[in-house]
Amino acid sequence: MLEFFTWCENTPVGEAIRASLWLFPVIESVHLLALGVIGGAVLVMNLRLLGWALAGKPVASIWAETWPWLRGSWVVMIASGLPLFLSEAVKCYYSEAFWWKMSMLAVATLFTLTMVRRFALKSVESRWVALLSLTLWFGVGAAGRWIGFS
Amino acid sequence: MVEGAGSDRLRGLLEFCQWLAETPGSVALHESIYAYPVVESVHVLTLCVFLGLAVMIDLRLMGVMFRGTRLTELSRAFGPWLLGGFVVMVVTGALLFYAIPVKTYLNVFFRIKVVLLVLAGLNALTFHLTIDRRRVEWEMDLVPPRRARMAGALSLVFWAGIVVAGRMIAYNWFDKPI
Repeated sequence: MLEFFTWCENTPVGEAIRASLWLFPVIESVHLLALGVIGGAVLVMNLRLLGWALAGKPVASIWAETWPWLRGSWVVMIASGLPLFLSEAVKCYYSEAFWWKMSMLAVATLFTLTMVRRFALKSVESRWVALLSLTLWFGVGAAGRWIGFS
Repeated sequence: MVEGAGSDRLRGLLEFCQWLAETPGSVALHESIYAYPVVESVHVLTLCVFLGLAVMIDLRLMGVMFRGTRLTELSRAFGPWLLGGFVVMVVTGALLFYAIPVKTYLNVFFRIKVVLLVLAGLNALTFHLTIDRRRVEWEMDLVPPRRARMAGALSLVFWAGIVVAGRMIAYNWFDKPI
């Protein structure tokens, strides 16, 4: 496994970002801007699922509004996160926060595609689905921020 | 350098920051192992609440998202969250400045961020004082009038700039020397 991470770090993309003074913060800025959008989409969707906001609108219609933005910003997050990872893959390998983030990202994504989506499309509110989804996504963000401190 | 009253005032600001840096609270926060990163994490993650919801409302103003939902309905639903998020952003942001006052004051990205924050505020104020006054006339429209779309687009541009400038404060490439 460590060999694979070392290989990642030695890819041309990883090397180019490490050699540049400004590439890392610029890519990270894109990552942060997408964080705002994905955070907003996740929050709006789950607040509706909780029944705390826009209760006059069917849950399915809020899903239809937010899902394209969630999907789009998710793609930007991955596309910008990948080069950041390549530039410091070995550090990530040894970072507990990194492994937490990746595990929670996988679970949060699957949970959104299955449970959140299912309840939303049936237009059924569910407190526990919404709270679990919010907790998972918040965990991804918090663990992600912590990679920088580890 | 321009001499005179203006530069005296800037000198005063710098001296204020130097005084602030020596207060016990600032030193403690600066030297803390956990408090500073925790405050910074809260500042960054509150982006999801404040910026995320502001983006959704800006997109409604631009006629891109929530076309079938009235602006009044959106602001009633998300107003308290936006306000709460804004307060957390300001408090944690002030603490981050308080921890490292002199370097931050001299940092060019911090200055750009302050200017953009003022512009974002003026944009919101202009919107509320002009086209928003006639909101009842247009809020059922799928696509709001040009002035409202403009306010939404400008808000997105300013806030994106604020995020990027904020991230760059960590770098001292163009710092002004004392």
